[in-house]
Amino acid sequence: MRFGVVVFPGSNCEQDVVGACRYLGLEAEYVWHGDTSLDGFDAIVLPGGFSYGDYIRCGAVARFSPVMNEVVRFAERGGPVLGICNGFQILTEAHLLPGALLRNRGLKFICRRVPLRVDGSCDWLDLPLGTVLEVPINHNEGNYTCDAATLERLNANGQVVLRYCEPDGSSAEDGSAPNGALDDIAGICNERGNVFGLMPHPERVVDPLSGGTDGQPFLTTVVRKLAEVAG
Amino acid sequence: MARYEIFVTYKTGIFDPPGATAERALANLGHEGVESVRIGKYIQLAGDVSFEAVTEMCEKLLANPVIEDFRIETVEE
Repeated sequence: MRFGVVVFPGSNCEQDVVGACRYLGLEAEYVWHGDTSLDGFDAIVLPGGFSYGDYIRCGAVARFSPVMNEVVRFAERGGPVLGICNGFQILTEAHLLPGALLRNRGLKFICRRVPLRVDGSCDWLDLPLGTVLEVPINHNEGNYTCDAATLERLNANGQVVLRYCEPDGSSAEDGSAPNGALDDIAGICNERGNVFGLMPHPERVVDPLSGGTDGQPFLTTVVRKLAEVAG
Repeated sequence: MARYEIFVTYKTGIFDPPGATAERALANLGHEGVESVRIGKYIQLAGDVSFEAVTEMCEKLLANPVIEDFRIETVEE
């Protein structure tokens, strides 16, 4: 079981992800965005950062990096793909996940810990529904949006895996998303459940030294699921 | 060489945070008649490329059809 963590020009969280994997005893290696093969990798992570300086739109240029053709093929074969923050933005630009991420409603870059409620499950996260996790966010464009039909489909299929919430797990009447995200959406998966994108950074709360361990299941779940499949 | 002007704007119904902020700021400046401000992108593109090719560039890269509309104007054929 080996994680591949893609490095785009301007990625800046790839070391955090590889470090988190290794902290958990999991094998992880960097994959250069110019690579054209993902052979030998069992799960792919698109890390956070500012790929291509966020020019045009966040993730818009990274989507056309050579490695992305392979990531799309990997995902279509059912391979687990995780996009964190800028990685989530890249997944939406690549149409591996629906919707888009707009500028935060308050126009401010937000960097703080937020409570998240587990509202669904996927290959990357499978916790009891209603579990509240505390994970940091660190973004300027995390304001998720999609059209009404897509939102209905996401909800009907249980594809909204994570929502921003109040510390007790409830939802505020006027929304709990600090960035204005539609329906408080913090993370969604595709229908098959193998592609998962989220704005929060679970890799930063893996080692208790950095103030929490709520991020651990995001990396360990996929290992367990892949082992189950392999039987 | 052809020259094009491209206007990229948010689709109707998509919330535009910078536009909404400008709207409030203008009201604070006393411009009470302002009803809506929408902020988009303006792109100048020149080269030996057809209108159809520019349309494809917009669909794939310069605009995101999920949230944005675009309009291409030919300045010089």
